[in-house]
Amino acid sequence: MSVAFSVNGRHVRVDVSGSTRLLDALREDLRLTGTKEGCGEGECGACSVLIDGEVVNSCLIAAGQVEGCDVTTVEGLATNGALSLLQRAFIDHGAAQCGICTPGMLLAAHVLLQRTRRPNADDVREALAGNLCRCTGYTKIIEAVMSCTR
Amino acid sequence: MHAVTYLRPKSVSEAVQLYRTTPGCRPLAGGTDLMVMLHARTLRPEPRAVLDLWSLAELKGVRRTADSIEIGAAESYTGIIRSTAAQEFLPALVAAARTIGAAQIQNRGTLGGNLANASPAGDTLPVLLAYDATVVTDRRTIAIDRFFTGYRKTALESDELITAVRFPLDRRVAFRKVGTRAAQAISKMVMAVSVTPARIAIGSVAELPLRATRAERALGRGDVAAAVAAVADDIRPIDDVRSTAAYRRAVTQNILRELLDALARR
Repeated sequence: MSVAFSVNGRHVRVDVSGSTRLLDALREDLRLTGTKEGCGEGECGACSVLIDGEVVNSCLIAAGQVEGCDVTTVEGLATNGALSLLQRAFIDHGAAQCGICTPGMLLAAHVLLQRTRRPNADDVREALAGNLCRCTGYTKIIEAVMSCTR
Repeated sequence: MHAVTYLRPKSVSEAVQLYRTTPGCRPLAGGTDLMVMLHARTLRPEPRAVLDLWSLAELKGVRRTADSIEIGAAESYTGIIRSTAAQEFLPALVAAARTIGAAQIQNRGTLGGNLANASPAGDTLPVLLAYDATVVTDRRTIAIDRFFTGYRKTALESDELITAVRFPLDRRVAFRKVGTRAAQAISKMVMAVSVTPARIAIGSVAELPLRATRAERALGRGDVAAAVAAVADDIRPIDDVRSTAAYRRAVTQNILRELLDALARR
């Protein structure tokens, strides 16, 4: 089956079977390995991507379901090689350790910052509730996101 | 690679036709449960095709009619949370939707999927029972208290698709979920309660989401203490990885008392 969609503003076409996960189409077929697989069961949020601007777990999406959709992965956050404000904030605050959760954290936080003008720390915690981090204890991640709201 | 055919019908009638004529076909909506099982190959019999209902416009939306709210089977929990009609008339359903997973799951999970999976821990299912919701399918309507027939078993025929869920407008329902953590937790116990009419619906305490009928009779007489006592005998909880039968009994009684107090104060 051939599926045509857009990834980070670029039109792509992949040939996959019906049960291929969007996660695998991105990583294996399109070589966009910024998206990580954590649990593979929709619990951890490591594979978060945006479909038409909404955050989803790409391990739970059949590739066929994104026909005609706009998909954004972590590779789409930078502009012409320049990191976004949020990405820069993660570096400055030491908000990444092993890094597996980071792409998903960035995308979930990106949606929050796009949608909410002045989120408070509780808004940030709620927006990131579906993204699990085993290293940082979350504080630095929340500080990084909050630094982009000022 | 295990080959599964992906089918994308353009209408509900085409979907019903494909479902009827494709052997080993499983309906797919948001994929929050099915994709996990499909990938892990834990479904028996293993599906040979998935029927993608996610993008069917007929299955989307929250609609207000003269005497009901109708929610499309493939509308997302996020769509329900954002709906002003749902916020006004079905606040307990909105509260339940907000406790399901986190944004990633709320953006894809659907009422139709929660119903079709019929997990005893499905968080919207006690809410549907407490509201006396009606399940609308491609061919008939099914009263929610006749929908669940056993462990993950429903009254749906083998080729029948859920199209919508219909709710009355005049109910006051309170909802509470008890899990290990506020987000991303499967319920240890989940409850929805209405006083008039007396409805006490509970999940994760039996092999299916159930109505606590003895407790409801006591509540119908206005006897809250008797309802709280009786509910412990209405449920059939087990010890499992998430909780124990003893804890589930205690928390069921405590939350029932708390929800009835809250409804009395409103």
